[in-house]
Amino acid sequence: MHDFVEITPLGGGAPRVQEINGIVLSEVTDRALASVAARLGQEDEAKALVSGFIEAPAPDAGRLSGSAKSAFWTGPDQWMVEAPIETHEDLAAELSEKAASRASVTEQTDGWCRFDLEGGDLVAVFEILCPVDLRKGQKGDATRTSIDHLGCFVLRRETDLVSVIGPRSSAGSLFHALETAVRAVR
Amino acid sequence: MIIHHPILGPRDSAEFTYLGDANLIHRPDWQAEDALAQFTDYGYQRKNPAGVHRELWFHEQGDRSWLVVTRNTVTHEITKVELARDVARAEGRDT
Repeated sequence: MHDFVEITPLGGGAPRVQEINGIVLSEVTDRALASVAARLGQEDEAKALVSGFIEAPAPDAGRLSGSAKSAFWTGPDQWMVEAPIETHEDLAAELSEKAASRASVTEQTDGWCRFDLEGGDLVAVFEILCPVDLRKGQKGDATRTSIDHLGCFVLRRETDLVSVIGPRSSAGSLFHALETAVRAVR
Repeated sequence: MIIHHPILGPRDSAEFTYLGDANLIHRPDWQAEDALAQFTDYGYQRKNPAGVHRELWFHEQGDRSWLVVTRNTVTHEITKVELARDVARAEGRDT
């Protein structure tokens, strides 16, 4: 038997959590991800697959929806689906089976890292980080933008809780960017 | 420069990359009699107008959609932004 040691995107044995300036910056590793993209002429089927799985309407452009299982919009007729990794480690296979060749499902879990920022002056933090204006936005917004040259999803789960999902191979750089911005806001 | 994305609203042009003339979405039929001449034109011949120009932009740091942007190359004024797939469908293409 192989005896592998699990590490988080930041390389630790457990997810990193830090509180700085009243903002809790935490690494999140307990969610599985899979993308669902519609095939030509089968847009409704892909949408139904997403909404059936998350037990909520598939999110419209620039939005996220669902709770225990959730999804966010990533592009026209494309979504990213999130579910607890404990119960859905094989999320892509599960969705793929439900899709029955009527939508394209791709495993995404290990391609990404996720950091949550909660509390404090998040509006000011994101003004430093990216062009997304939290002041104009609201709960449920989901958009992709560039943070320190890294393409990241910015998800407003609650008014004062934002998830940043970025490329796992740049987890250290992304965390550094977030930490620097959080430290800059007082 | 701000590009008014048809789905996502105003976005900073830094999120986009530029490809060029929107005619690039009219890829010639490779089985046509004069395919070589058509592909030579398609690959190398570009108008370079000082004025209104239709061009392709890619929302690389966003939702990764291709856009057809109508822009004045002299003033940088953008008068129209459409999804490239909507443009193609309006022309009767099924892709």
